[in-house]
Amino acid sequence: MRARNVALALMLIASPLGAQRDVDGLSVGRQMLAEDNPGELWVQRGERLFYEKRGPKGASLERCDLGLGPGKLEGAFAQLPRYFADTNTVQDLESRLLTCMVELQGVKREEIVANRFGTLDKDSDMEALVSFVASKSNGMKMNVPLAHPKEREVYKVGEYLFYRRSGPLDFSCATCHSDEAKRIRLQDLPNMTDPKQVQAVVSTGWPAYRGTQASVRTMQHRLYDCNWQMRLPDLGYASEMSIALTSYLNHRGNGGVIQLPGVRR
Amino acid sequence: MSEPMRIRATVQGDVADVRILMRHPMETGQRKDAKGEIVPVHFIQNVVVTHNGRTVVDAQWSQAVSRDPFLGLRVKGAKAGDKITVTWTDNKGDKRTDEATIVAAS
Repeated sequence: MRARNVALALMLIASPLGAQRDVDGLSVGRQMLAEDNPGELWVQRGERLFYEKRGPKGASLERCDLGLGPGKLEGAFAQLPRYFADTNTVQDLESRLLTCMVELQGVKREEIVANRFGTLDKDSDMEALVSFVASKSNGMKMNVPLAHPKEREVYKVGEYLFYRRSGPLDFSCATCHSDEAKRIRLQDLPNMTDPKQVQAVVSTGWPAYRGTQASVRTMQHRLYDCNWQMRLPDLGYASEMSIALTSYLNHRGNGGVIQLPGVRR
Repeated sequence: MSEPMRIRATVQGDVADVRILMRHPMETGQRKDAKGEIVPVHFIQNVVVTHNGRTVVDAQWSQAVSRDPFLGLRVKGAKAGDKITVTWTDNKGDKRTDEATIVAAS
């Protein structure tokens, strides 16, 4: 009897503490990881790849124009996606790097796309390059332009896609990302209708080192995975749809102070 | 070819805080690759950290240590400008040495 009372008392004490831990336990772990983010190893490798002469044309990416002029990397990520006159499209960081690698280095597009997400057996060059370029905007504020008509158009498409329900589960992005305190298992889902939370996602969220995957993952991967989670057909790498969603989110995250790569589960 | 380590060393008082990130697959010998074949064991066996040439850590590691390992330690009697070198050797005989200079904590 007495033992049972003690057990009951312990349960009563334990439950509020348990609830507390759900909120804070994960963020403590993330904080510890962030201090020595393994993503820094991807930044280091990305820097080497960026300046190394590679591909059939034996060229580096130093002449790659990411929106601020050839080779200008500081602040480039903060203003992407944006309109590029040479391709006459709006491009995000990854599709722009893809263009540069194809045009400047002569690498085959299919080759890059096949190796867009690294595995335990093979690292992805793209993930390293994205980490490096994004980290060059650290400390700056997101400032994605909507000046060109194409940029406005793509933004509108992104907004439409964000709210459009489709697929066998009839999900839209907004189903999971337009309400407070939603989660998938233990992962808190950001509410993208709250400016503060969008800012956090686009300026400190992706690219991020993912502990469970032992690799840096990019925004393209995040969107690809979201699509899969909604049981939609595979989202094409650097596709118009992925860029439209990135454009919508990144523009709405304007003002967020960049600190990348991030750390995620 | 192995990737460089990332070493940060900051000193406060006479104690240096040394943080080392290493890039290594640390294969346990139990994982199977995409073709279903076992990936041979490949891990860092020995890590040596020196402070101005004096060995402060000489560690034997096993395959139980994670991929891309992190090692943190504090070194007494350090001052700004001192050299920290880290050397790892893995079970295939691959070796890597990187050096960093201790800086004053901001």
